[in-house]
Amino acid sequence: MTHDDRFPASRYGPAERHIAESLVELESQLLNPDQDEDCDCKEGMFNGLSRRGLLSGGLAMGGAAFVGSRAAAEVPPGAHDYFVQPDPTKEQGRIILEDGGYGSRSQFENEVRWRYPTASLDSSWSMTPLGSSHGIITPSGLHFERHHGGIPTIDPETHSLILHGMVHEPMRFTIDDLKRLPAVSRIHFIECSGNGLTEWVKPTLKTVQGTHGLTSTSEWTGVRLSTVLEMAGIKDNAAWILAEGADAAVMTRSVPIDKAMDDAILAYAQNGEALRPEQGYPLRLLLPGYEGNTHIKWLRRLEVSDKPFMTREETSKYTDLMPDGTARQFSMEMDTKSVITFPSGAMKLPRAGFYEITGLAWSGRGAIKRVEISVNGGKNWQEAKLEGPVLPKCHTRFRLPWTWTGEEAVIQSRAVDDTGSVQPTLQELVEVRGTKSVYHLNSIQSWHIAKDGEVTNVHA
Amino acid sequence: MFTHKLLLIGGLTLAGSIALAQSDSETRTSAALPDIIEETGERAPQPVPVSSSESNIRLAPEKNRFGIGRPASKEEVAAIDIDAMPDGSGFPEGSGTYAEGAEIYEYECSSCHGENLEGISELGAPKLIGGRDSLASDKPIKTIESYWPHSSTLFDYVHRAMPLHAPGSLTADEVYAVSAFILGRAGITSNEPDSVLDAETMPKVVMPNADGFVPDPRDGTPGK
Repeated sequence: MTHDDRFPASRYGPAERHIAESLVELESQLLNPDQDEDCDCKEGMFNGLSRRGLLSGGLAMGGAAFVGSRAAAEVPPGAHDYFVQPDPTKEQGRIILEDGGYGSRSQFENEVRWRYPTASLDSSWSMTPLGSSHGIITPSGLHFERHHGGIPTIDPETHSLILHGMVHEPMRFTIDDLKRLPAVSRIHFIECSGNGLTEWVKPTLKTVQGTHGLTSTSEWTGVRLSTVLEMAGIKDNAAWILAEGADAAVMTRSVPIDKAMDDAILAYAQNGEALRPEQGYPLRLLLPGYEGNTHIKWLRRLEVSDKPFMTREETSKYTDLMPDGTARQFSMEMDTKSVITFPSGAMKLPRAGFYEITGLAWSGRGAIKRVEISVNGGKNWQEAKLEGPVLPKCHTRFRLPWTWTGEEAVIQSRAVDDTGSVQPTLQELVEVRGTKSVYHLNSIQSWHIAKDGEVTNVHA
Repeated sequence: MFTHKLLLIGGLTLAGSIALAQSDSETRTSAALPDIIEETGERAPQPVPVSSSESNIRLAPEKNRFGIGRPASKEEVAAIDIDAMPDGSGFPEGSGTYAEGAEIYEYECSSCHGENLEGISELGAPKLIGGRDSLASDKPIKTIESYWPHSSTLFDYVHRAMPLHAPGSLTADEVYAVSAFILGRAGITSNEPDSVLDAETMPKVVMPNADGFVPDPRDGTPGK
């Protein structure tokens, strides 16, 4: 049996396969003691560990992990395989609630998130298919993901939020408690600060899902963080608050208390229903406009302090190394940004003619004020129509009618927010920040349209 | 101890795929469908959430008290208050030596981070030491030694989230020991076998890149 048969690639990343192979290897050594004489127990993944322990681990896996990969789905994820009627006007359609009462999408729709091929499946990210996005809301099932220790499965009845530190009274809230408090619903984008990380030096990924798919917008519902902080009573010199998740990474970030008191939300709902597990069910922090990793998912603890906590994520990871060797820290706000989602990379325009150019613009500092579009590589710009609602710290849809003549073109969008912040060119960013940091790329995206209609990712 | 850890490994490997059979019958694995109201056949609404507050004494909406939620006990806070900060707060009692750390490292860390702390990129496990003075060069190497500004972060992170196959399983003594080993190998603290770190000494370790971080100057204006 080859390793590929044993651990199909779709379910195992290199790290997981390494662990699993080591377990199988050592289990087989245990089950074949005759061949055991020369065994070098210092070899492999679990050097020095007792065989007995390895058997336990191996057996524990056996029951489930080796069930094998699912047969290729006959219909896209999220859809049911219904009979396709030759003429739906000549027979009754399928009966109501056949899907059990929770709807599903058409079996003819196939958009899915795409996982960036990181080495580990435990710490990875998936991207929203922006190329076919409509309006400003991202379906919950297509919201981008970034996990640092997998997706925990948490029963809300066993989950609580502890608020402590520099407060007059440490508090404990259940999810039920939070649902009883005054709530708000707000539509906000979340963008990973690593969105576009492959694109600093040269055009790398081909599609807008790959270049920009780490941003998504949902309507989030929950309790304002200020509400619970006021209940506990924060002390005068409080300046920071630590947010901590209940995942395997016990993910932590320090947040300025001013942000916490301003517009932060303890969100338990997304797009009209409970959060999806991969978005932090049953509770996540929402910090509108801040980089995605600060919106701690599976939130279990908040600690108020007079200093930042200097966790791993805010020192060694989500900091931005500059050309002089210093690194920017607590670079929270997501800058003004936009991208044309149609037409975009790897699409092909079938022929010259009318196309509506459309895309998304957003800013972590405010509302989008204006989006301009160039169809000639930045020589001329014309204003796109912003489609309402235009909300602060939220995706805004823009549109521009366009007739493609069939000649080569480079199309670009440039956003301005209501603080006056203008989306820069890549060159302007690189001149100041260099290319040692992969974070906070918000430059103008260029799509080249060839005479044959092929759309490609270019730096123009 | 090893057997115990390996059971955890098995659990980890499973975690992403299929839930373990629930041996504890009291553990809920999913929600039941909503009840049916007999009279009309409608689905019953979700139950009104019940506040965990045990009395209405705290009920004072005008003071934003709402009578909802309850004070957290010292024990409840202590059970999850695991962070360790640069000023030394949060470091638990305990200690560990370089020699103890070398042994723990070999068992718990080396399979991913390499025998020589060099990292194994195919596993996504970063290099832990080296790269000092490389940050301004064309090929910056970001490691604990070259980049991390606070020793507290090393304790905090290893304690909360390492090793990958059994996150958060190391005792405070073990984390001090493995920290003494890593910092010793990095040439930041002594690499004598009996070199020891504890709650007093570890936060005082000055990291090579302690002054390497600046506040974010971006404000939305060009050139920042």
